[in-house]
Amino acid sequence: MNKGRFGRFGGQYVPETLMNALDELERAYNEAMADSSFTEELNYYLDKYVGRPTPLYFAKRLTEYLGGGKVYLKREDLNHTGAHKINNALGQGLLARRMGKVVPVTSGTATLKDATNEAIRDWVSNVEHTHYIIGSVVGPHPYPTMVRDFQRIIGDETRRQVIQAERRLPDHIIACVGGGSNSMGMFYPFVDDNTVKLYGVEAAGLGLDTDKHAATISKGNVGVLHGMMTYLLQDKYGQIQPVYSISAGLDYPGVGPEHAHLHDIGRVHYTSVTDNEAMEAFEMLSRMEGIIPALESAHAVAYAVKLVPQTSKDDIIVINISGRGDKDVQSIARLKGVNIDE
Amino acid sequence: MNRIDERFDELKRHGKKALIPFITAGDPDVEYTMNAVRALESAGADIIELGIPYSDPLADGPVIQASSQRALKKGMNLDIAFDMVQNLRLNTSIPLVFLIYYNCIYQYGLEKFIEQCGKAGVDGAIVPDLPYEERQALKPFLDDAPVYFISMVAPTSAQRIKEIASSAKGFLYCVSSLGVTGERQAFGSNIDAFMEKVNLYSAVPTALGFGISEPQHMRRLGHLADGLIVGSALVRRIEQGASDRDIYEFMRGLRMALDECMEQTMEDNR
Ligand SMILES: Cc1ncc(COP(=O)(O)O)c(C=O)c1O
Repeated sequence: MNKGRFGRFGGQYVPETLMNALDELERAYNEAMADSSFTEELNYYLDKYVGRPTPLYFAKRLTEYLGGGKVYLKREDLNHTGAHKINNALGQGLLARRMGKVVPVTSGTATLKDATNEAIRDWVSNVEHTHYIIGSVVGPHPYPTMVRDFQRIIGDETRRQVIQAERRLPDHIIACVGGGSNSMGMFYPFVDDNTVKLYGVEAAGLGLDTDKHAATISKGNVGVLHGMMTYLLQDKYGQIQPVYSISAGLDYPGVGPEHAHLHDIGRVHYTSVTDNEAMEAFEMLSRMEGIIPALESAHAVAYAVKLVPQTSKDDIIVINISGRGDKDVQSIARLKGVNIDE
Repeated sequence: MNRIDERFDELKRHGKKALIPFITAGDPDVEYTMNAVRALESAGADIIELGIPYSDPLADGPVIQASSQRALKKGMNLDIAFDMVQNLRLNTSIPLVFLIYYNCIYQYGLEKFIEQCGKAGVDGAIVPDLPYEERQALKPFLDDAPVYFISMVAPTSAQRIKEIASSAKGFLYCVSSLGVTGERQAFGSNIDAFMEKVNLYSAVPTALGFGISEPQHMRRLGHLADGLIVGSALVRRIEQGASDRDIYEFMRGLRMALDECMEQTMEDNR
């Protein structure tokens, strides 16, 4: 089979114009990762600029409140810029500089799907001198692999930190899934540890029985979008369907191809929570621990609210808090009818 | 024999080049498209590309994106497109080629798609997001298919050209320049070197597309390939409400420019 496959998923479904650029990117990426001067520089900035490692915080009050196993929070919200996305942006930024390519800036108003379409169209026009940073584990090979590798620091650190705190591996790990980068980064170092149960939480929006959700794995079927074969929300003619979630970061009609594979082989359990459940979890964690999670991350918290009470006291649960929620406070106030105009 | 091969054989015998217009099927509606196909044929088109509208056409510029959206809003889909071709086939044997994104084929089912192409009379499929490597995986289905999956090469294909060009069927779609579909003002000089290399390796006739929109382009590019493809320039006219007559006139102008250019080349070679 051809390159960049996770089982039957992934691949390189892009215009011919981009094929050599993807090849060049793959080569440059492999060389960079094998070059200690690159990895040392990356680690330097992860340490001094991003502020890694992020803590693994034992959430004592949350643990007591949920009444099951011990709940730890992986604090990606404490990264500089407030989310896990910086791990990948930094890695790809340094890689682009090493390749002598510029990174074009695209506007941030469109949905993630349309922004990705536009990025690919722009790249086809400027392919010789530009590098496109894809922000999640989506797109044609090598992006899903590369972004996962830049994000796996989340799982690598978590593994060390849990072992240090508890002298063993966790039992349950929960992360939200939009394109799938924070979850893939968290899950990847644990994929071969069969005792560790992994949960990917998608956005159920107004409910899976409505057409207003973004639960790609739960409700989608296999197809090709943005250069990859994966699960998609689409109609029977392959037209991609509009998706919805209260959280912009989960509002994507596809999902990273490695997730599609982990779903197929049953290694990760994919599930979903609604807007309302996520909003409740957002408030609950803010009150309980003084940690305001991003609305995306609140989806992972909301699933923990369902799961943890069913676990035993000795179980260890890790929730990935992929980002901080300051950005969401205003929209939540508006949704609750609170007047915050000054 | 596939109608595409027949048409290129015939053109070669007459020392002519293929003129290949593109329109989106179902924009603004199916009846209009059927009339447009007839107008294009009588104006001297050799092969007609019919775009199957798609929600996320990432190889297309704004004009064809908007056209795709209009057709989708009218409820256009692949089943209707096959019916339309079947109807067209009552009156015409012009080669018809679908421009279709891979997800539309994948959802329909590759085998069913191939079978329907055969039944309805679709001679080729251009799949802009199915590059050589991904196509290889489908080879067992494509080898004896009645419909040719048209290969593409681009200015960035470099060392890939040889392999792609030598295994192409029907014709080889040569992307004139970087970027997405859309009208271009002028074409750089590297296009000549690119086409020289492509023509050296191609197992089939070559057709140059992306940006070609005026009679002047016919004269500039006619000698570089066995055919020229015109898309956005035509689709923009349709967006502006072109009548059958307008479509005919526009295509006629291109046809004459292309034929003139060929006569000129033949004189020069004499
Ligand atoms: C804080 C946060 N978490 C999660 C996501 C979802 O993306 P992914 O699934 O790639 O981690 C986003 C995307 O914008 C985000 O900002």
